[in-house]
Order: sequence, then structure tokens, then C-alpha cells
Amino acid sequence: MNIPFVKHTLDNGLQVLVHEDHACPIVAVNLWYHVGSKNERPGHTGFAHLFEHLMFEGSEHHDSGYFEPLQQAGGTLNGSTNSDRTNYWEVVPKHALELALWLESDRMGYLLPALTEAKFNTQRDVVLNERRQNYENRPYGLTTMAILAALYPPEHPYHWSTIGEVADLHAATIDEAHAFFKAYYHPANASLAIAGDVTTETALALAERYFGEISAGPAVPRPRISAALEEERRLVMEDRVELPRLYLSWHSSSMFSDQDAELDLLSDLLANGKTSRLYRRLVYERRVANDVAAMQNSREMSGFFQVMATPTPGRGLADLELEISEEIDRLVDDGPLESEVERSRAQVEANFIYRLQTVGGFGGKSDQLNAYNTFLGDPAYFDRDLAQYLKVQREDLREAAGRYLDRGKRVTLSVVPTGRTDLAVPASEPVVAA
Amino acid sequence: MKADRTKLPAPGPASAVHLPSIRKETLGNGLAVWTVAHNSVPVVSFMLVVPAGSAQDPAGLAGLASLTGDMLDEGSGARSAIDMHDALARIGAQFDTEVGVDASSLSLTTLTTWQAKGLTLLADMSTRPALVEAEVDRVRQLRVNRLGQLRDLPQFVAQQAFTRFIFGDHPYGHLPVGNQQTLGAATGEAVRAFHRRVFVPQGTTLVAVGQAPHEELLAAVTEAFGGWEAAPEALGHVPAVIAEPPDQPPFGRLALVHRAAAAQSELRIGQVAAARNTPDYHALLVLNTVLGGQFISRINMTLRQKKGYTYGARTAFEFHRLRGPFAFQSSVHSQVTADALREAMSEIEAIRGTRPATAAEIETAKAALTQGYARNFETAQQVARAVAQLALFGLPDDYFEQFVPRVNAVTADDVLRVAREYLNPDRMGIVIVGDRDVVEPGLAALPYGDPVPIPA
Repeated sequence: MNIPFVKHTLDNGLQVLVHEDHACPIVAVNLWYHVGSKNERPGHTGFAHLFEHLMFEGSEHHDSGYFEPLQQAGGTLNGSTNSDRTNYWEVVPKHALELALWLESDRMGYLLPALTEAKFNTQRDVVLNERRQNYENRPYGLTTMAILAALYPPEHPYHWSTIGEVADLHAATIDEAHAFFKAYYHPANASLAIAGDVTTETALALAERYFGEISAGPAVPRPRISAALEEERRLVMEDRVELPRLYLSWHSSSMFSDQDAELDLLSDLLANGKTSRLYRRLVYERRVANDVAAMQNSREMSGFFQVMATPTPGRGLADLELEISEEIDRLVDDGPLESEVERSRAQVEANFIYRLQTVGGFGGKSDQLNAYNTFLGDPAYFDRDLAQYLKVQREDLREAAGRYLDRGKRVTLSVVPTGRTDLAVPASEPVVAA
Repeated sequence: MKADRTKLPAPGPASAVHLPSIRKETLGNGLAVWTVAHNSVPVVSFMLVVPAGSAQDPAGLAGLASLTGDMLDEGSGARSAIDMHDALARIGAQFDTEVGVDASSLSLTTLTTWQAKGLTLLADMSTRPALVEAEVDRVRQLRVNRLGQLRDLPQFVAQQAFTRFIFGDHPYGHLPVGNQQTLGAATGEAVRAFHRRVFVPQGTTLVAVGQAPHEELLAAVTEAFGGWEAAPEALGHVPAVIAEPPDQPPFGRLALVHRAAAAQSELRIGQVAAARNTPDYHALLVLNTVLGGQFISRINMTLRQKKGYTYGARTAFEFHRLRGPFAFQSSVHSQVTADALREAMSEIEAIRGTRPATAAEIETAKAALTQGYARNFETAQQVARAVAQLALFGLPDDYFEQFVPRVNAVTADDVLRVAREYLNPDRMGIVIVGDRDVVEPGLAALPYGDPVPIPA
């Protein structure tokens, strides 16, 4: 099982991946730039994401909105920024492929002549509103910022979140946008995937025609900075919420590295679905929690593993902390049951097949090819990625749980309703705003 | 050949789209079985559509349909809730229950290899759920707690308030999830009675989309659902909601739900508009695409791109069996609440007269709706979902084939006519969830009077 593709690198360094799928008369264009919020500096946070917005405001030869010609042609499109990469995609009817490539290449090659102060200021306002909507005005919306800030020291590129600090967004300038574009938005720092109802020959010829003329830019340094906690940090944050919530976070493996798959499986085993250990114990049997979740957030330089739970009304977080810790200890001591591992394997295998259903958009085949290519230089990694999961044995999971989920090296964050710090776990310090 | 950057490449002629072709059968017990061949990945997707949703919630029991839907996967026969999910996980199934206004739908997607097993589990859940008292109590309590948490989510608060404000006491006037007071009254007996009355084979449709030939899918469905007993005559149909929704908001024009120190105001503007079977359906889609259906629509271009008030603004018609809502929605910086309302209302006014949709806008909207149509049929799950709509609303067999020609037949006159007919600014209700102290001074300058309370 795999995503068949052809890879070709243009003279300017742009890597082009083509995958044919003729089931539906659509083509996905998916372009990754290997830049994210980890390329920012303290005092300039939020810039990579703000820049993503500017990419939709027109380029030299099409100096008006990016959405219009594509939506007019029946396409959908979007983009997103995270700590490690920025991606842009279009899914268009197959006869509009050239249009999508024209537009993507124009903003890669010729963005700056069309960038004005007015566009910059409007998009800054839009981003500030995005921040209000998705972080400030949302229950528990500021917790990830607090957790990242506690897990990573201030100079570490994962210390801040992608949306950035308000003051930094206000201080951002159009000159920085020019410098940022020149440093990161060029062919040698990008990966282009074209997937769908198109022949490889046509796709490669079109990629060459539209992107071949763009000059290569400077090499982008890729520092790998490690981070670790020497001791537990216990924090409390007040928020406008009905119920408190406990967040436990540990440093963990980076994306696709050793034990990333194990940690992903551990998160399922602990808290994904009604069969998971924490759901059964906390929500189903003891009824002390309303919900529980866990996830392995794997990133390019390092990952973090999280468990979170909301108690039922009237309860504080101290009991939940004990219950969750006990359940993790049990996993570290005894490992999972063979039947649990079998069940995970069945789910993983099905989920990998489900991932083959769409050519475009977030998580589609074109996006997956780019993820493997950008982070591993190996777009063919799909089947080996699956193999990483299928080979996992009980003992591997026990070992990974023991190695990473150490009670003494985690961030224990209590989020409590304003004025109710008494609900937090004992010995917690208030989160200090950045 | 070098790229020509003097003009955008014109898209070539549209290519033929492979649309789902449906084969229909009816089992002896009355269950309609619709199969569709879909060949891409070895995945099969089922959708069971029971034509009763939150509009069938009995008086005083808002949330009962949704709670019943939520109970279906909580055990069957000797299987506990945990056993049920263990069985689903072992076939890698994606399972979901969705209770809307007019229907309760169960969807199950699995690998083709597990087709028969998936159908058996779907039948266990939908036709013979355990619905034991203790489990109902447990799930109901989780929902009550969840509703408490949702009070902190401005989008939810606005949606709930807007729905009530526009529809009043009509069965469409509450969200499927219900509210804390009414859920408290939803006992195990109420859940069992609702299930008995509504989950009957007559009137229900099972859509099956996969690689297997029609005969094989039909045989597998018959094996799993053939033994589902037809309900007695009296129960063999779901009582339809027949009362028409109100023509204007029953409590007043403007409501303000206070949220102290809110960073943004969550806004809704709208009215009762059109039913799914309206002959104006396609014209309304074109109208909405121009007004607020996509990024480049007027509303978003004005509020987000020109003014920078918001991260996004949009409008939508929701089509139900009876007339559903038209709604504008956005979340805007608190300081510009009144300005944003004025701009949104002025765009709605304009498209009815002073600035009707232009020929170019209409062409753009039609292209967006028709050129992108193929995308709706990429996965088995998407196909099942689309086909289920036909079953639910009694749409014709050639609905998919007719979609593009009918959109293309919409004229500028049609768009103006439906804008005038279905968008009536004098009859629109406005709901704001935001900080009263920041928002109220600006509201005084608007022609909607003082905010009125929304009765519980």
C-alpha cells in the first residue's frame, strides 16, 4: 500500500511530486514552504502566520485577491501555518490546473511588488481578530500558549505559539515581510505536489513552465535545538470557563523519529474512544470526568505528549491527577494487553487506507507526499510509516511509556474558573503572562 | 515554453463528472435500501437515515431525539457500551450519529473486508439498542455537564439564542442538543418510547456505497436488516411537523446576550426563509454565493478584507423539510459591533435593489457551484451523505444530473426576485453575544430599538 508518485527537482531546487489518480476529474495542487513559527525570533512572534495571510492578497501579475479566479473556476483553496511549515493548496477541476499553477508560481516569484502597507495593515487586523476569535474568546483557548512557554525556555523556537503575541503583531513591519519572503519563500525551500486527474508528463511540464523561471534563494539553516525538563512544573491559570481542566504535558519524540509511532499508539490506548483506559476508568466507570483526551504532538525538532481531562461539576483537579497518574503507572509497570495492541493495529491499518481517499486539501494524498518529502526527504515513506505502527509490540509501548511519561518531568497545568484557584492541583504557581 | 504572465490562463472546457447512480430496493419490512457503486479505495460507507430529528422532540423534552441518537452505541443485547466500541474498533470503523432537525442519521464506514460485520453492528445499534436506565442516566448527565461547558462558547450561545429568537416556540426553535432543564426530564422510558416510535423500517432508508456489486450489497443488507420487524400500522410513520414557522421573530428585533469583557461580539442576523423543496433552491444558492457563501462573497470582502473587522463573515440558507433559517454570522472585534451590523445589513439591503448581483458576480457564483460539483463525490462517505439527502427530502432520482443545468438556468432576474422574496430586512432578527457595556452605546444609533429579552 502506497501513494505512487514521480519526483523531479527543477534546476532552481523546487522539488515536484506528481501522483496520478483518475477517479474524479479534479487535481490538487499542494505547496509546502519549509518555514514556520520556529523560524521566528522572540519579539517577532506570529510573523510566519501573518505572512501566510499576505500570500492571498495578490502578486505582481495578478494584483487582486487570490481567491477570486480560483473560486470562479470551481476550486477550493486554503493555507495553514504551524511551527515547522506553511502549506498552501488548491483543489480545482482538472481543466483549471494551469490556472492554479500560474497563481501559485506568481506569488512565489513575484509577491513583493504587489505588497502594500494598506494590505499589510488590514491583514494584521484580520489576524488580531483571528487571535481574539480562536484564542482569547474561546474557553481554554490560551492553554497551549501557557504549556509551550513552560515546556520550552524563552529562546527555544517552540516557546511561542504560531498565532504570536499581540505586541509583536502590532510591532511587525512591512520591511520584515520583505526580508522574510526573500529568506524563506523560494523554490529551494519548497515542495510542490500535484495529485489527481492529470498525467505525470503534463504535470511536470506545467511545473517547469510556471516555476522554472523563479530564482533559487539562500539555503535555510535548520538548527535542531533540544529541550528537556529537569523537574515537574506545576502551574495554574484562571480562565472564563464553567469547569476546570487538567493538562499534563511531557517532552516526547520528534515527528517520524524513534518511538513517535509508539507514543501515538499510547495516546490512543490511554484516551482515544470509549475503549481507552482513561475513558473507561474516569468517564465510564467512576464518572469523575466529563471527557478525557490524549495526543502525541510530534513536531520537527521535538514533540510533546499531552493528556487532558475535565472533571464532572463540583470536583477539583487533584483527584483526576492521581487517577491519571495511577493509570499511566500501571501502563509503565505492566504494559498493555495483547488484545489492546491488536485492536490498535486494526484501527491504524484502516486509518492509513482512509487516508488514500482524497487527493487534496489538508491531509489529502498531496499533503501527505509533501509532509514526507519535507520532513524526511522521502515522499515514498507512506508504507514504512504504516510499518512503524504495525511492528509495535506490547513491550515497546511499555518501554515508551516508561521513558517519556515521567511524573517528575512534566508540566502540570490546572485551568480553573476565574477566582477558583482552590480547584487546582496542590502546589501550583500562577502562569505569568508573557 | 515560458509562462505568459500577461493574463491568467483561461480554464479549459469542463469535463464530464461521474455522478452517483442509485439502485433502489425495498425489503419486506419496508426498509428502503439504496446502493451506489463507488470504486476507488477498498472502503464501504453506510448511512441509515431515519426521518425524525429534533423537530419531533415531544413538548418539554427538547434534546430527546439527540439523546436517543447518542444512546444507540451504548450497548446492545449482551454487549456493553465498551464492548460495542471494542467491536467497532476491531474493524477500524468510523462511526457517527448525527441528529439534525429533520432526521437522525447513523453513518458507518469500514474496509470492504469488514462489510458484513459493519452492517451487523449498525443493525445492532439502530434496531436493538439496550437503552438501559442506568446507561441513559449516565449519558444524560454527561450531556447536561457538556451543556454547562457550552455556555462559555460564544458561537454556541449565539446559535442557540438565534434559533430560539427566530423560530420561537416552533419545533425548529431549539437546537438538537436541547437544554439542561428539558434534558433532565428525558428518562430512560422516554428514550425507549422515542426509539420504538421512530426507529422503524418503514420510511427509513439505508444507503450503501462501496466497491461491491449491487446484488452483493443488497444481500448483505438483507442479512443484517431483514429481521428488523415492521412496526404496527399505528407506528409505521413518523408524525410530520406541519405547523409553519413564524414569519417574523416573535419576541422582537434585537437581542443581546451579555458576556462581560468579551474580546469579540458574536453576531447573527437572519430570518425564517426557505424549505428544501422550494422551486427557488438553485436561485437561492446562487444568491447566497454572491452574498456570503464563499471567501470572495460581498459580506466577507467588506467585513474582513475591506474593514478588517473580523477573521471571517458569511451567510447561509439552511434548508429543512419546512422553511429553515437564513443567517449571517460573524465574530467581530467588540469595538466595531454596531459598525459591523450596519455593514452586514447594508449588504443584505443592497443585493435586493440598490446593488443587485451583477452579471459577472452571477457567472462567478454559478461557476463556483457547478465547476466544483465533482469534488462532492470523491469519497464513499461523501457519496453516501449526498444520496442520503435525496432520501430525506424526497428529491428526484435525476437530482444530481439536473443540478448543474438548473444552476446554469438561473437568471439575474431570478436572483433579484429571490433576494426580494426571501431576504426581508424588516423581518430579520439580530442576536449579539458580547460585552453589553462596550456594545450598547453603538446600538442606540441603529434602528432596531432596545434589545429585548429572549424568554426561556
